[in-house]
Amino acid sequence: MSSVFSIFAPRPCSACFPLDLRCTNIGVSYKNPVKWVGNRALRGTQGLYLKPKSLHEAVTVLAASGGQILAGGTDFYPGLGERLPKGDVVDISALGEIRGITIGKDWIRIGGLTTWTDVIRTSLPRSFDGLKAAAREVGSIQIQNRGTVAGNLCNASPAADGVPPLLALDAEIELASSLETRRMPLSQFLTGNRKTMRRPDEILAAIQIPRKMDEAVSTFLKLGARRYLVISISMVAAVVLPDADGRVAEARIAVGSCSATAQRLTRLEADLKGQPFKAGLGSAVKPDHLSILSPIDDIRATANYRRDASVTLIRRALENCVRSV
Amino acid sequence: MATTQKLPVPADAELISFSVNGRYVEVTVPGVRRLSRVLRDDLGLTGTKVGCDAGDCGACTVLLNGDPVCSCLVAASQVAGSDVTTVEGLASRSPLHDRLQKSFLDHGAAQCGACTPGMLVAATALLEKNPSPGESEVMDAIGGVLCRCTGYRKIIRAIVDANVARLEQLSPQAGSAVGTRLVRLDGKKKVDGTEIFGADEVPSKALALRAIRCPHHRARFEFGDLEDFVAAHPGIVAVFTAKDVPGIDCYGVIPRFADQPVFAHAEARYRGEAVAAVVGEPDVLEALDLTTFPVFWEKLSPIQTIDEALAEEAHLIHANRAENILVRGRVVCGDVDRALADADVIVEGDYETGFVEHAYIEPEAGFARRVGNTVEIQACTQSPYMDRADIAKILGIPPECVRIIPTAVGGGFGSKLDLSVQPFLALATWKLGHPVRMVYSRTESIVSTTKRHPARMRLRAAATHEGKLTALDFSADFNTGAYSSWGPTVAGRVPVHASGPYYVPNYRALTRAVHTNTVPAGAFRGFGVPQAAIAQEQLYDDLANKVGIDRLKFRILNAIEDDTPTVTGQVLGEGVGMRSCFEALQPKWNSALEDAEGFNSTAKGPLRRGVGVAGMWYGCGNTSLPNPSTVRIGLKPDGRIALHQGAVDIGQGSNTIVTQICADAVGAPIAHFDLVSGDTAITPDCGKTSASRQTFVTGKAAHMAGRQLRDEILKLVGGCKCGNIEFGDGSIMVSENGMSKALPLAELPLDQYGYVITCEATFDPPITPLNEDGQGNPYAVYGFGAHMAEIEVDTELGTVRVLKITAAHDVGRAINPTLIEGQIEGGVAQGLGMALMEEFLPGKGENLHDYLIPSAGDIPPIESILIEAPSSIGPFGAKGIGEQAVIPTAPAILNAIHDATGVRIHRVPATPDRVRAAILAKNNGGARG
Repeated sequence: MSSVFSIFAPRPCSACFPLDLRCTNIGVSYKNPVKWVGNRALRGTQGLYLKPKSLHEAVTVLAASGGQILAGGTDFYPGLGERLPKGDVVDISALGEIRGITIGKDWIRIGGLTTWTDVIRTSLPRSFDGLKAAAREVGSIQIQNRGTVAGNLCNASPAADGVPPLLALDAEIELASSLETRRMPLSQFLTGNRKTMRRPDEILAAIQIPRKMDEAVSTFLKLGARRYLVISISMVAAVVLPDADGRVAEARIAVGSCSATAQRLTRLEADLKGQPFKAGLGSAVKPDHLSILSPIDDIRATANYRRDASVTLIRRALENCVRSV
Repeated sequence: MATTQKLPVPADAELISFSVNGRYVEVTVPGVRRLSRVLRDDLGLTGTKVGCDAGDCGACTVLLNGDPVCSCLVAASQVAGSDVTTVEGLASRSPLHDRLQKSFLDHGAAQCGACTPGMLVAATALLEKNPSPGESEVMDAIGGVLCRCTGYRKIIRAIVDANVARLEQLSPQAGSAVGTRLVRLDGKKKVDGTEIFGADEVPSKALALRAIRCPHHRARFEFGDLEDFVAAHPGIVAVFTAKDVPGIDCYGVIPRFADQPVFAHAEARYRGEAVAAVVGEPDVLEALDLTTFPVFWEKLSPIQTIDEALAEEAHLIHANRAENILVRGRVVCGDVDRALADADVIVEGDYETGFVEHAYIEPEAGFARRVGNTVEIQACTQSPYMDRADIAKILGIPPECVRIIPTAVGGGFGSKLDLSVQPFLALATWKLGHPVRMVYSRTESIVSTTKRHPARMRLRAAATHEGKLTALDFSADFNTGAYSSWGPTVAGRVPVHASGPYYVPNYRALTRAVHTNTVPAGAFRGFGVPQAAIAQEQLYDDLANKVGIDRLKFRILNAIEDDTPTVTGQVLGEGVGMRSCFEALQPKWNSALEDAEGFNSTAKGPLRRGVGVAGMWYGCGNTSLPNPSTVRIGLKPDGRIALHQGAVDIGQGSNTIVTQICADAVGAPIAHFDLVSGDTAITPDCGKTSASRQTFVTGKAAHMAGRQLRDEILKLVGGCKCGNIEFGDGSIMVSENGMSKALPLAELPLDQYGYVITCEATFDPPITPLNEDGQGNPYAVYGFGAHMAEIEVDTELGTVRVLKITAAHDVGRAINPTLIEGQIEGGVAQGLGMALMEEFLPGKGENLHDYLIPSAGDIPPIESILIEAPSSIGPFGAKGIGEQAVIPTAPAILNAIHDATGVRIHRVPATPDRVRAAILAKNNGGARG
């Protein structure tokens, strides 16, 4: 028995991948079929395991099956708990074309399947130091080796380590579907706790980062109750570009774990502009700058603590930026 | 209804080929199946352990094309064409791995062994790139693998030293095993992946069992048509509920308080309580969505706190327990009210602790099968004979018809004393006549098994102006959850120990164990004493400060000694090494205080350092109750010695320690011993692995049996007791006055056990009952110890970093210093967790990413100082260390936080938000700008 998409089995013509694939859902097989129908009742509501080989195939399969996407598995499997997946699973891990980082003239493109280890190992401009620091804080090395940047964004946890640094880099994301490719700012993509603009038929194919601030200094601070494998209580990413006169030309500050989605502190960013880029920059941060955040009490910390600690973290992040020059 | 048919290969399976440990393999499995399952179930590579199925523990770490990954998060299909290396393949990978495994053994880096495969694989990935890593690189590399036994330090050292040439360890000579750093005898299996834990063996064609558990804190329930449910699900064989239990459906670790049913009857008393079990084909059960099981819940208002339970209008959780009080404890001596009234200096305080989860890396697992009229249960357990008694009662059969075969235990810490999978398995296999297997998920383990008791404590203590303790008034309520478990033990042990290891002439300690609709609280390393120590040791710091005396000096001044009575009126007379422990810390205390002051006086930023100390005492064995161990040893016709010791090794090292003791008692080399497991069919009862009793009680029984064997051998060759015995290869020579004589092994008849000589000895520590004021001799032997914590507080964030722990312990006699250090370091790690991060909230945090235990990066260097104030009762003077090690860490850290910041933490864990809130409150309201 072999799956139509497995590596070793011959695959049906991929260029004209059957658009009648949706028929699988009602049990009509196509060439070299995946058989599952017979045991469906027996095996609960399990569906097909589909493993497309190209983005084109993948979006087609996704549209047809309405399946759940599996990539690095680091959120997919924990989300299953003790159950087996319901419905079809579309494993996009074989889409080499959307893995890796491309440094373009105006943009740096992080393929959706790029793992955190890939991010750490790729030579990137200084403004990505914060993103790399965040990558090292994602779970553990085991998680960094599998977990993908796109997965971190699509999972949309308020505590997603990758979000604050990417927000601070003004990242945009690319959503591919069989109908279109859409592009939007990351801040717009994330709409709430575990909520995004992604439609079920879309794949987050890439993260695009403008190269306007390559020379900016950046940092990332994560606060948790233990050293490794920890979900943050608060985290801060800062990207700061000093000008020739030693003043802040532009500053971008994002705070995670303190709202349904991580937030940029635009008022603080505006207030930082023009400040002397030297030790003491952190003192520009006032608790009032955090009013956009809406932290909650949970098992990790109180809301009050999150506000209080975030002020400290932002101040330290800014001082770190100054020190790193 | 028990029909079993082999189902065909699931139709959604695909052929996947990849390389495992250098071998090409093909499997036909569903592409989405977790790699961990493929390795364990489809390829039989059970060296890879599954601890959480969520990437939170790292036990299942394997190398995928050379990179470490959690195999529970990788789809089978994703490894097609790849190269996978598991622990079983490390040895053949390169000489490096052989060195690494040896280094783990030599350093004592493997205790229970459940995290060891993940640790070894993670370390391999590092060492292949960096042959001589530093400590911080090692921490980064193993940060994703949790360990609950070792405190990580020995693992880190083993990896750092992996490529450092070491001398081959020689086995100690006959008669000199005690005191040596003997490599644990069961160690090799733990580093090569061959150790068998609860989930590692399955009889062929075993059925699987899953429990249906209550999702509410309290609920009435009714079942739908269960026969219909079975009929509608081909592959499901049976459903069992309370009405299927043939015997007495009421079990518990303390028979007098037994109150727990196998399945709840009509009302579930806590979230996670089982109400039914579904048995069927493994694949079918795996795919079964348990939420489709026909049970209808009616949520009832639960009692979740001690206050709610004690409220007048509260419903009774057990009809026969008035006021929801399970039991009370009491120890009183002197006149505490008068002493407090007359006191020179008096302090008081309230302290609170929460549920703590054991979080061993191995979730509960096992299988059962029926062999004629016997039911055999192979599972992880700390107490085979207690399991046997309860299972016999539940099934209504004689205990002889129940056989418990303990597997290696992947951590226990007290929770595996209670039944978990056993009653379900026993019932199902008994009814179906078919082998049945059950493996708890991490969530199931967390929601349904016992926890450390939350405590609410109120204390007042008094001293003279000179700093002599005069009185302690202690009262505590413990949330014991829905069932009794070890609640009575906690309520009974705490009043004996709440004085701390000090002479307190006027004392009153009153405790209550209170039922609530929460998970049962049971035994967890220290039976309530760690909670009491958090309160009492912090309060004594306040007392010392108020008197104006150095905190360590205060403790030395008041430390219990050989001739001072305990609060139960017991005078130990010997083996009280408390003062020695404190005095061993003195020079380190002086320099640590100096360092901290130096740091703080020049600190410009938010960091402040502090030093804290706490003392501890802990009675070995049951409190005023018999707890015998019986050890049998047999001389085999080939001259080897079979040691039947039933002390289950849960990682602490009893397999090794008891053998060392027995070997020296006999005078035979360690290499001549064959260990026989705690299987109840072949090994006598050594009681439970708990209460720090195995070195002391089972060790003593092994010592006595060993002596007997020696005497018997001498008797057989007609020599006197002073003869010298030489154990050769297949021969035993006795020499006396220059004459040598062989024991005619081949000519001697075999006894009923198949041995030439069998010796059996039982030891039960001498204790007396406690009277109504708790006066008497509750324990024959106590262990003593003191920890010093050096810490750094980030006063702006409230985070606490422990810089160093120095731990002095009086162990009587250090049978195996490496294993003792292992207990100390592991205890420190759990104490640190309790102090800073661990609290289980029922209904929340039912996994290992919300419930935090310390990771490799959280444990500081730990210096162990072993004090030997022997107790003549114990084997070679030895005392217990298992629980002793955890008790003083948390209060030492909390005292250090106070030293650094001036804030007293009354509610553990001291999470960053609590510490920061306390600092802000001290600094007047905490307005900041």
